Amino acid sequence: MTARLDQKFAALRRNGRAALVAYIMASDPDDETCFNILRGLPAAGADVIELGFPFTDPMADGPSIQKAALRALKAGGSLQKTLDLARRFRETNADTPLILMGYANPIESMGYESFARAMHAAGADGAIVVDLPPEEDAPLRAAFAQHDLSIIRLATPTTDDNRLTKVLDGASGFLYYVSVAGVTGAQAAAATAVRAAVQRLKRATDLPVAVGFGVREPEAARAIATTADAVVVGSAFVDEINPEDAKGSTDRVLRKVRLLSEAVRSARALEGTPA
Amino acid sequence: MDARRNWQDLPDAEGRFGPYGGRFVAETLMPLVLDLERAYRAAQADPAFAATMADFWTHYVGRPSPLYFAERLTEHFGGAKIYFKRDELNHTGAHKINNCLGQVLLAQRMGKTRIIAETGAGQHGVATATVCARFGLPCVVFMGATDIERQKPNVFRMKLLGAEVRPVTSGAATLKDAMNEALRDWVTNVSETFYCIGTAAGPHPYPEMVRDFQSVIGREAREQVLEREGRLPDAVMACIGGGSNAIGLFHPFIADEGVKLIGVEAAGRGIDERFEHSAAISGGRPGVLHGNRTYLLQNADGQILEGHSISAGLDYPGVGPEHAYLADIGRAHYLSATDDEALAAFQLCARLEGILPALEPSHALARLGDVARDIGKGGLIIMNLCGRGDKDVFTVAEALGAKL
Repeated sequence: MTARLDQKFAALRRNGRAALVAYIMASDPDDETCFNILRGLPAAGADVIELGFPFTDPMADGPSIQKAALRALKAGGSLQKTLDLARRFRETNADTPLILMGYANPIESMGYESFARAMHAAGADGAIVVDLPPEEDAPLRAAFAQHDLSIIRLATPTTDDNRLTKVLDGASGFLYYVSVAGVTGAQAAAATAVRAAVQRLKRATDLPVAVGFGVREPEAARAIATTADAVVVGSAFVDEINPEDAKGSTDRVLRKVRLLSEAVRSARALEGTPA
Repeated sequence: MDARRNWQDLPDAEGRFGPYGGRFVAETLMPLVLDLERAYRAAQADPAFAATMADFWTHYVGRPSPLYFAERLTEHFGGAKIYFKRDELNHTGAHKINNCLGQVLLAQRMGKTRIIAETGAGQHGVATATVCARFGLPCVVFMGATDIERQKPNVFRMKLLGAEVRPVTSGAATLKDAMNEALRDWVTNVSETFYCIGTAAGPHPYPEMVRDFQSVIGREAREQVLEREGRLPDAVMACIGGGSNAIGLFHPFIADEGVKLIGVEAAGRGIDERFEHSAAISGGRPGVLHGNRTYLLQNADGQILEGHSISAGLDYPGVGPEHAYLADIGRAHYLSATDDEALAAFQLCARLEGILPALEPSHALARLGDVARDIGKGGLIIMNLCGRGDKDVFTVAEALGAKL
């Protein structure tokens, strides 16, 4: 539901700090390990969880998330399994927002209305569908509106002001700024460029602005957390997963989340300028 | 039937052919495809663009390609009179160059300085590398590692033409994976790069644009058959992978209700639940991949299946969105042929007509006898022989157990 996202970002604003949005891939490397990671994320410092649902052809993803998707599919992952994991997570945690992220075809295959109903039942809060730009997401919007779910839209370095109006129309939850033209997990954007972009987006919307793509290290996360409302990290976490070592994978991912979370939490204190 | 009345006006402003087509791309690419559409509209309205295309078609590609009466195959099948549209005689040996020429000229107009392409059989890669060499543009071709292995002559050809061939190892390392990788490159190199898509698929305006560039096949064929026979054919036929040669042949005949449009998909090892085929229309269902909604090979969860065909050029789990629409409304009919049937047709055509066809049109050849007998004596068929078989001799030799 949209309320959980709104409440989370309102609370963070009161605390004067940015959120860490942690991405992991559902069923990677298997359902149980993934569930253990999911359950541990809030305590490790994830403020919002982005749960990827696997797709065979992740056109906007770099090698890390491509591999995660293949591991998940090999372990029997699917959109249905992703929804099951979301539901199990929600049984253990009432207030950490959980959004789904992936590509259109598994949703087309399930049907937009069935997907929205299942998301609502699972206690998920919204979704990012990478290959459904505003021009193509009308069926998703209609289905989500009936179940109080957020459509999280993407803005990119190629999004000009005209385009931004279109992107913001119907967006809710937060706005996801893709900080570099490229695939996930590639080079991080320059801090000054991100700062300028976030300021431009904030002039256009009251939605919280999250920044992602290419954020792997604490220094980059800290720099972004001084200006943005949230920092999204994904590839750096899924890279810690080794299907041969489930227990070790869980520990390594959560350790990395703690590391990034500390960087995000300390950013504005160091800067001394609450945004 | 209302939808059928304006089929020549399709796609609509959103790039839709009925429920198919569209622009299902990441937000980073949206401004690029919108910009491409504006540039294409401007080029369409500019007589100089058409004149340049026509000049290159005549003097560089060798168009018009002949319309050839396949007398011995006609006798052999004992049915309708068979004509081949000889697009295998084009420069580079296939229809692909018709489209590459258009797209690269458009890229030049747009001030783009780098061309990328995906390729399966290597024909589109060779055609793109050829045109890039001619215009002095750097060219990167993404090709599945599996395809690189089975299409070695074309890989070397691309290198000779100065292109960089980047092997793609993700997935089954075939055409769909090459297309994913090309999209990843495009999303990374947004300002200077032009993505030259090889088939009538992808986000709008590609399906329309590629169709328009390939429609030279059908326009010529229509004119040539009227001149030779004084009437329109009863059927036009072509093989379907993504379907660019077929839509190029079909489109100028769409309004001619008496002309049957027949596409032949690759049935691989048979169309069944094993999905060892590449027949998206006959054996798939609608979904979203590579920027458009169309028929796809997929499992119950919407995961894309690799499919199979002996012909690398047909080995793709989707099909152009206009074919999906023409199939739904019943304007075009889609048959299929297996690997073995295509191989047999390849040999038959070689022996009776002295033409080595590519394995792609060999699929259309494999259904030609059925269609010719069905239409019967006195009837008239045009089949697009869209590529020549030189590139396939190694594959055919292996399939026939011959040592070279």
